[in-house]
Amino acid sequence: MLSHRVLTVLNLAAAVSMVGAIYMALVQAPSAINLTETERWAQRIIYFHVPTAWLSMLAFFVTFVAAILYLVRPQPRWDILARCSAELGVAFTIAATASGSIWAKPAWNTWWTWDPRLTTYTIVLLLYIAYFMLRGAIEEPERRARFASVYSIFAFVSVPITFMSIRWWNTIHPVILDPNEDFGLGPGMTLAFVFCIVAFTVLYVALLANRLRLEYTIERVAALRARLLT
Amino acid sequence: MKRYLQVIAAIWWKDVRVELRSKDIFTGMAVFAALALLILNFAFELRVPDKRMVVPGVLWVTVAFASVLGLGRAFISEKDRGSLAGLLLAPVDRSAVYCGKMLANLVFILVVELFVLPLIVLFFNVSLISLPLLLVVALGTIGLAVVGTIFSALTVNTRAREVLLPILLFPIILPVLVSGIRMTIGLLEGDPLSKLGNWLQLLLIFDILYLAIAFLTFDYVVEE
Repeated sequence: MLSHRVLTVLNLAAAVSMVGAIYMALVQAPSAINLTETERWAQRIIYFHVPTAWLSMLAFFVTFVAAILYLVRPQPRWDILARCSAELGVAFTIAATASGSIWAKPAWNTWWTWDPRLTTYTIVLLLYIAYFMLRGAIEEPERRARFASVYSIFAFVSVPITFMSIRWWNTIHPVILDPNEDFGLGPGMTLAFVFCIVAFTVLYVALLANRLRLEYTIERVAALRARLLT
Repeated sequence: MKRYLQVIAAIWWKDVRVELRSKDIFTGMAVFAALALLILNFAFELRVPDKRMVVPGVLWVTVAFASVLGLGRAFISEKDRGSLAGLLLAPVDRSAVYCGKMLANLVFILVVELFVLPLIVLFFNVSLISLPLLLVVALGTIGLAVVGTIFSALTVNTRAREVLLPILLFPIILPVLVSGIRMTIGLLEGDPLSKLGNWLQLLLIFDILYLAIAFLTFDYVVEE
């Protein structure tokens, strides 16, 4: 159980670092050179896009570890951690997909291409939507936790294999442009970039802590109600 | 070790014998596969200059969809007859139960594929069948059976189990489909299998890795 004071500090830290991140990304970071006006603005999406993508992976990794811990030692808290982190992972996956899509329109002149990263990322989203569907289809909490743990282990392990398979597919067919090459960041940009990654990570920890507290509160209310009603 | 293999063989033989008597799974999968081929044939007939271009996709989509049908039955029939509890109460290692079931599913899907492949040759007029292709199809089928069997056990205790199985299975099984399709394309274009070594490795890695995970986690899936 997280103490109230720790939570307040985390919330404040997240708020401050997110304001800082917005400042760094929109004001402090220098504009990219060799780009048109629209592309220059779109380029700043990188300061939000990459951190959200990184967080989605971190969140799913936390789910993966929590799932293994649950199977080794079946305590409800590991399952709660796995689920809450997976929820955040899905949210950040959608955020990263949306921001990437907005950037892609001016940069590649399309909202979407079946590039390996994009394809893999779509599959990741589907995997974790399936994870929540599985959870929703089981009534009994203990069994739900066990099954969800097994599935999330499969899901997390499958991602690198899927990525490899799709990347090989596309590199054999050289029709797809590789947009991820040639991505040099200047010194001022690197500072903003690293700052944003750290800031978003703080945001993730704060969101996760709040989500966990909410979950524990729900549990306590349920326990109290059960005691009052009997 | 010998006893372990005996258990596997016993469970495998039980499933095969049930299937030989009822033929539920085979007829379901085979008729479904034939229908899928028919629909795909109409879907591509007027749109594609050369039907050979779509054959790899047709083969693997048909196989994947038909297998889901059969895989779902693997544990549902046990559950509905109440024999699952008996199977799990037997004083044997549960991973042996998994292996027996998995091998039975593997055989069912392989038999359906032996039915589907000539049909594709017939409908799409391509000379598809060769020894390397059969190897590729067999390796892909191992992947399908390995993951499908454990997810079948996973979904049997859920609501809407028939709906859930494909949703859980397809995103995980994607590397199998991708490498299977890729190798089928290569073989149809006349490449030797040695030129497709990357894909073969990927498929093998997938099969082995997932077999290992399924082996380790099956206990948790059937634990009551």
